Amino acid sequence: MTILTTEPTTAPKAPLWTRLPVVHQLRQSVGLQRGMLVVGLAITGIFILTAILAPLLSPYGFSQLRDDSGAFGAQQPPSGDHLLGTTVGGYDVLSRVIWGSQTAITVMIVAVVLSIFAGVALGLVSGYFGGWLDRILVVVSDAVYAFPALLLAIVMGIVISGGRSDLFGGILAASISITVVFIPQYFRVIRAETVRIKAEAYVESARVIGASNGRIMFRHVLRNATRTLPLIFTLNASEALLTLAGLGFIGFGIEPSSAAEWGYDLNKSLSDVTSGIWWTSLFPGLAIVLVVLGITLVGESLNDLADPRLRSRRAPGKSAAGVYAETSVVPGGTLAAGPGGIDGLEADVPTYDPHPNDDPFEAKS
Amino acid sequence: MTAQSLPDVVRIDNLNVTFATDGGAVKAVDGVTLSVAPGEVLAIVGESGSGKTVTAKTILGLLPETAIANGAVILSSKDGSSSNDILTVSKQKLRQLRGTDVSMVFQEPSTALNPVYTVGWQIAEGIRAHGEFSRKEARAKAIEILGRVGIPDPESRVDYYPHQFSGGQKQRVVIAMALVLDPGLIVADEPTTALDVTVQAEILDLLRRCRNEFGTAIVLITHNMGVVADLADRVAVMYEGKVVEEAPAQQLFSDPQHDYTKRLLGSVPHVGQGTTRATARALAREPGWATEAPVVVADNLKIQYPGRLGKPGFTAVDGVSFIIRSGEVLGLVGESGSGKTTIGRAMAGLTRVTGGSLTVLGHEMIGFKERAFKKVRSDIGFVFQDPASSFNPLLTIAECVAEPLVVHGRAANPGAARKRVNELLEAVQLPRAYGDRYPHELSGGQRQRASLARGLALEPTLLIADEPTSALDVSVQAKVLELFAELQKEFGFAALFISHDLAVVDILADRIAVLYKGKLVEEGTGAEVLGAPKDAYTRRLLASLPVPDPAAQALRRDELRILRAAG
Repeated sequence: MTILTTEPTTAPKAPLWTRLPVVHQLRQSVGLQRGMLVVGLAITGIFILTAILAPLLSPYGFSQLRDDSGAFGAQQPPSGDHLLGTTVGGYDVLSRVIWGSQTAITVMIVAVVLSIFAGVALGLVSGYFGGWLDRILVVVSDAVYAFPALLLAIVMGIVISGGRSDLFGGILAASISITVVFIPQYFRVIRAETVRIKAEAYVESARVIGASNGRIMFRHVLRNATRTLPLIFTLNASEALLTLAGLGFIGFGIEPSSAAEWGYDLNKSLSDVTSGIWWTSLFPGLAIVLVVLGITLVGESLNDLADPRLRSRRAPGKSAAGVYAETSVVPGGTLAAGPGGIDGLEADVPTYDPHPNDDPFEAKS
Repeated sequence: MTAQSLPDVVRIDNLNVTFATDGGAVKAVDGVTLSVAPGEVLAIVGESGSGKTVTAKTILGLLPETAIANGAVILSSKDGSSSNDILTVSKQKLRQLRGTDVSMVFQEPSTALNPVYTVGWQIAEGIRAHGEFSRKEARAKAIEILGRVGIPDPESRVDYYPHQFSGGQKQRVVIAMALVLDPGLIVADEPTTALDVTVQAEILDLLRRCRNEFGTAIVLITHNMGVVADLADRVAVMYEGKVVEEAPAQQLFSDPQHDYTKRLLGSVPHVGQGTTRATARALAREPGWATEAPVVVADNLKIQYPGRLGKPGFTAVDGVSFIIRSGEVLGLVGESGSGKTTIGRAMAGLTRVTGGSLTVLGHEMIGFKERAFKKVRSDIGFVFQDPASSFNPLLTIAECVAEPLVVHGRAANPGAARKRVNELLEAVQLPRAYGDRYPHELSGGQRQRASLARGLALEPTLLIADEPTSALDVSVQAKVLELFAELQKEFGFAALFISHDLAVVDILADRIAVLYKGKLVEEGTGAEVLGAPKDAYTRRLLASLPVPDPAAQALRRDELRILRAAG
């Protein structure tokens, strides 16, 4: 049995699922970094599940004020009927918090998707071609940076929805206003990477071959420039949530009859705080903090793991065990072969596997 | 007598170093035992990855946190009064030892110096860290040491910033910093690799003076056997983390014992190797060959890089004329900044030609238009210097090699080109299964072979090779050069072979052109240029090239001294 289980470790490539972005990093991480990543992933996972299963999980609808036994009543403390109490408007707090996750995730997805495509495309073209287009785009993105993000979001919100705040208009207003702020971020990252990659020898080699600009941009530059995207993606997702909550808090959010929104609930519960009603503000606030924390933890640990200087590794142990590994010489020995021949030089080379066995002690047990 | 009573400045005893990596523990140094006597130059040679730098860094306690070392590294002070085991001393004690007992000279002088402080400040920093010196005393000491390492006018140049010195002078400053506290041992990690060959000779002279005048022992880490022959008293050859051979320099070069050492010495290129081959090739040419239209004609070629607003541009190539006939290899030699790479790039349409005339395969490069040049591109192959960065890391080798075939419509997609790719891989002596690997899974030499395969995919009539072997180890370089010669014979392409190494160019080239500061100073066959150089610069270049033989190198050193005194 032991023989059978050790055999797959000699396979030349790790299975596909272990090479997926987050899974790969999770397997690679150790110690505190792994802890951060696991906590972040757990919180994010719970958040996503809650959003998907909101209709099943929540006891009432987000805009429900009464059930068969009559109205809920305003500012009811937590009880058997209303586990987290009711708000000043008479809504069930637990249901609002659960439904709010759905609004939050929709805004995040729409905002990030809208900004990622526009930002990446602009950054790629701007960085690759340079010239006056590049200069103009950089100035514009700098100008957007100069505005306070929330102010810009408010202005966009007014422009887009004209003050109306139904579900679609509200979500779109929030997303697009966030998009405007985020496009420059993606633009800058992709532009910087493109400028760097443009000078790499493999891009020049494609140019010498005679490849067209489009081919170089999409086949050689784009895929290499997107390495840092998962990282900004996570950080921006949490920022999108904060902007949405901020908009809701200052009164530019979505009406409670259209969708549940944590920022709006926080706004309405402001006066409750002084009168000792804690449940109306605590739970929406906690939801915001937890989701932002979870996503940020994922983003931060992905960032640390992506950088070999920050990444922590398993200690090899005091015994200085381990195999000698050739780092850059030809596997099998550069001089092992006779003159000019490849037999013996490269015929019997064991396949190089970057992760032959993640735990050096696994095989022994 | 006193010299013998002093203990070894450093004694490494059964040293093991292991690194924690993503792929598990990796052993870099395996049971190394070495010692260095006072005033001795020990060279540690080996290829990249052989553990030579790790061994040397252990002497200074400079290993990164991911490394675990065991064994013993006993470091003694210059007068023999104290000795410490570097692996066990406290961080504080280690700081005291660095600079006073042992110091280091780095490979790249421009990154070893802090650009925002004057060199005097940086030298004084080391002095003041190790004792009570006033600012004035430290400055006086800095001036003195700068003078001793051969910086002219040290009183005023002590206040210069690093960018005001040339590369060789910067390395002198780094050596001055290492010497200022009069340590018993200097660890020099590839001290001349980043420098041009003429500057290298000066730095080697200086290091020899360090030993003679200061009585400092030197641990010299290098992959260049010529440098070893020039400077070392004793040589330790490392391979796969172990010391495979240790012998006095004279004996190692004349009578190598270990197989690896023999092969290493055998693969070092030396001047004069290719002359007979070039003569044979010249004789074998058909009679009408010289009158055929050449592949490349450069006539008074000028390439100027645009300057900043209001400043004149930088002229990289200044009035160079040469021709390359079909099937001929022109070797272009020069130091960094001589414009040799610029010429190669201009021929491939990567850099604009600003004056004179450059005709590549009948296409005039003045007023270059990508669209008009595109059909010519299928007749040009290019091999880049660094095999590590010239492949798209996200494509497999087969996809990379197929790229030119796909771009020029010879194949619909990389899959359809696979048969041709396999042929090409076999032509460059790579197993066809390597086509499915990613570039990072290949070694440097293998990648450079794949790069050759890509360059030859369209069977070009002209191949431009920009320092194709300078990023490779000597033994790998020998193999790649051999392969290049074979392929050239088989495919019969004309080639521009750019290199800073005269010996490498000599192996391959039919004719050699020497560039100096953008001007062509000499051109001719290998026998003419290397056998009887006419230009003073070529002579100096040739004499600066260290040969892997201590006795012959000593003679050449004297020759160079006379040349330098004369010119």
